[in-house]
Amino acid sequence: MSNDLQEQFVRDMLTESYEGLDRYDQAILAIEQGEADNDTLNDIFRVVHTLKGTAGCLGFHHIEKISHTGENLLSLLRDGALEPSAAIADGLLKLSDALRAMLGAIETTGTDDSGEDYTPLSDRLTRLKDPDTAAPPAPVAAPAAPATATETAADANAGWGLFEDEPAEAQEAINAAAEDDANAANQGWGLFEDEAPAPAAAETDPTDEAAAAQGWGLFEDESESAPEVTTDPAQEARENAQGWGIFPENAPQAAAAGQAPASTAKPIAKAAPKTAAPVTANASVRVDVGLLDKLMNMVGELVLSRNQLLQLAQNRTISQNEITAVSQRLNQVTTELQEGVMKTRMQPIGNVWGKFPRIVRDIAADLGKNVRLETIGADTELDRTIIEAIKDPLTHIVRNSVDHGVEMPDVRVAAGKSAEAHVIMRAFHEGGQVNIEIIDDGAGINGEKVRRKALEKGLISEDDAARLSEREMVNLIFLPGFSTAEKITNVSGRGVGMDVVKTNIEKIGGSVDIHSVAGQGTTLKIKIPLTLAIVPALVVRTAGQRFAIPQVSLVELVHVDGEEAATAIEQVYESPVFRLRGDLLPLVFLDEQLKLRAEDAAARGALNIIVLRADQQLFGLVVDEVSDSEEIVVKPLGQHLKGLPMFAGATIMGDGTVALILDALGLAQHAGALGNNHREIKSVVEASEKDTSSDITPLLLFSVPGRARVALPLAAAARLEEFQRSDIETAGGRESVQYRDGIMPLVRIERILGTMGGGADNRLSEQVIVFQSEDRSVGLVVGEIRDIVEERFTLQPGTATTGVAGSAIIQGQITDLVDVPTILQATGLRGSRHAA
Amino acid sequence: MNTPSQLCTFYVGDLFLGLDVLSVQEVIRSPELAQVPLAPPTIQGLLNLRGQILTAIDLRRMLKLREPKEGSDRKASMLMILRTANGQVALVVDSVGDVMELTEDTFEPPPDTVPSAVLHLIQGVHKLDRKLLHVLDAEATGSCQAAIATAA
Repeated sequence: MSNDLQEQFVRDMLTESYEGLDRYDQAILAIEQGEADNDTLNDIFRVVHTLKGTAGCLGFHHIEKISHTGENLLSLLRDGALEPSAAIADGLLKLSDALRAMLGAIETTGTDDSGEDYTPLSDRLTRLKDPDTAAPPAPVAAPAAPATATETAADANAGWGLFEDEPAEAQEAINAAAEDDANAANQGWGLFEDEAPAPAAAETDPTDEAAAAQGWGLFEDESESAPEVTTDPAQEARENAQGWGIFPENAPQAAAAGQAPASTAKPIAKAAPKTAAPVTANASVRVDVGLLDKLMNMVGELVLSRNQLLQLAQNRTISQNEITAVSQRLNQVTTELQEGVMKTRMQPIGNVWGKFPRIVRDIAADLGKNVRLETIGADTELDRTIIEAIKDPLTHIVRNSVDHGVEMPDVRVAAGKSAEAHVIMRAFHEGGQVNIEIIDDGAGINGEKVRRKALEKGLISEDDAARLSEREMVNLIFLPGFSTAEKITNVSGRGVGMDVVKTNIEKIGGSVDIHSVAGQGTTLKIKIPLTLAIVPALVVRTAGQRFAIPQVSLVELVHVDGEEAATAIEQVYESPVFRLRGDLLPLVFLDEQLKLRAEDAAARGALNIIVLRADQQLFGLVVDEVSDSEEIVVKPLGQHLKGLPMFAGATIMGDGTVALILDALGLAQHAGALGNNHREIKSVVEASEKDTSSDITPLLLFSVPGRARVALPLAAAARLEEFQRSDIETAGGRESVQYRDGIMPLVRIERILGTMGGGADNRLSEQVIVFQSEDRSVGLVVGEIRDIVEERFTLQPGTATTGVAGSAIIQGQITDLVDVPTILQATGLRGSRHAA
Repeated sequence: MNTPSQLCTFYVGDLFLGLDVLSVQEVIRSPELAQVPLAPPTIQGLLNLRGQILTAIDLRRMLKLREPKEGSDRKASMLMILRTANGQVALVVDSVGDVMELTEDTFEPPPDTVPSAVLHLIQGVHKLDRKLLHVLDAEATGSCQAAIATAA
């Protein structure tokens, strides 16, 4: 068999096996819960069986051997000869860990010897087959300590018969590496499957080198160099494994570190696949054949258009019509192609979530907690680069939820909750963004405690602390250097936590918000864009140069004309500011910041201020000209320019020239616009409350099932609330909730407006607008509360629907305005506001 | 070792330089470069090479050569696209000469009197008939440490 072909087979096996093992893990967890049916058992039996077969064919006998043992156990389960038990599930999960470690070893070194001794596991699986003599669950990870490590090397020796006549140094090197590694593997074991390949990568380098040298008989002289190579990667991997709990970014590096020395020492680089360890799992994407055919068709169209264009270019005279026709066609084909290719990059978020049940199970077991993880909306699709980027933050959040959020079972029972805690992960699309929520029903975050801690650590000033709302207090946990963990567990609480999560999510243009009710739980909401590669941006011009600003950081544009412009800028000491609806907005002049113009800035005519948001603060960026809004393709800057935080990358404009992409945060930091006091931006709500003198009515914008945009005057609503669906009870034939020591009836707005309900939506909570008169309150259940806007509008009456006063154009879109009196009447609150 | 090496030769000011042909991807006439504000002075700008954005390094500044006289035409400069371990990089040079095949016989390492800031960039010189051909280290020239260190 040629080497290339063999490599291809191995790669296919790896991809397939990783996918299979993901399914396998989930199935085992189901078995543990006693929810497995025959199909699941059949499926995982097949996974192991296939793995055994393929591995046997390709000569990976370690895998073959251990899968065989596992298969025997599974077949008994499948045939019903054995009742599933926790001990069996645990053993089977350990089997999947072992298989992953071996697959990881294949990926990096080409052999399936991951340096671990799996005999105890094999014995345990064999014992499990016989329920009567089933030994007490012997911990399998434990024997992987140094003692075994030396054995491993010996075992490897015996089993392979490859090393007999190797120089003694190489042997020692292998022993040392194996020992280091077993330690490393032990440290990070069980928590993170991803981790396994890293130490394996480091370890097997020297072994592989020696093995391969022997096997091919080509590189005898290489084994001499093995000792030097050994210590380093193993060490690195171990350090990484220990620092693991903080943030899992290191994994690829560890693998890379293991990889690099191997290749510099000129080993048989061709024998081992060149890719780094964690790559295989994500290196290939499955694409629907129909979509692929469609893409091919479009490429065909593209070629035709190109031919047309080439022909046209030959003509002496080209008529305007011809060129228009070709460019239109080209435009259409490109757009479709872009969409199509984007689709191939979309992956269900379930691909990431798949591993969480296992993580939650392991941590919970570790801490002696009882946690059930539920996932909703696993088929929500996201660009794969984003999937990659949110993987680590999500892991961190989920671990936090289980570690800090959820209480111990006895505490829960004492608090009147079920002993089993509930963690929910939910994803859904909304308004071109993906929302991910991680909800737990744990103790919630104590805002007061957070505030005290932040004060203690000097993260906020006394003044700021006194003014914080409950919600703002909870959000303090995102400050760098903050950690409320009372004791450091090996799961979390190393002081580097939520701020890294936040930065990483903001790096991809997303946002995080946390909402917590003491004693009831915590909800973490993440909003992220669908894709990264192509982003909408605003193109601006300053001192003759063009810059692109991504729309995500853009809040609004302010244009001040000639005469006013001269007086519009005021100075606080020497810093320019602008009054934006009564608040002072610090101004940053782009040309000054970038040292682009030498001459005096006084010559400016009209003033163009771009209001940007950076780290929860607003600042105004002054540019010469706002050109256009465009979709840009983000390209990274080269190594040489990494030290310039104010640029997020570069892009190629329509005319082929290069324009830099500005980074709002970097720019603000460069200009010193952020300062040390973490003054929160005044939310739009507060701004509108202050601004009661103006004749503009603040409107509450929300959606109703079947109607995207509905609004009502903000003044009519008393409060906005969110209730869990489980909290809604029925009283006197009406839906009601307990609210402020009373019973508040709920009215669904779709009943009043006569629109159809949106069908079975999987939301867990309801957004409610509370109306109040005298001492009675009524809750109006709406779809989703979207925004609060302040806008001048003209009401156009004429809709015949009950409860709708008319329509108006708000934020450039037609919006239905609810007739408040009718609503109040319908809710049984004939409020005093019956004036209109 | 006496295997001949092929060098791609070029001028920066009066300096006659050469780079191993294997590290040179292509030579192009310099398009208009996009300025990068606040970048180190050795960075001349960014260019779009068939959809890829590359950084252009001002070799003159990097080698600490005198700036050309006022009014002399710098538009005529050429770009040498280098392939380095850290990706591609464009070097701004004045003009490009032939590819020369030279052996170790004419090669000599640089004398110690060469300023240390530049020394690490120059591997040595080939003693040609009437002039000296300076051989540049492609990796060192293209690396970001060099560009930033020289700028400092």
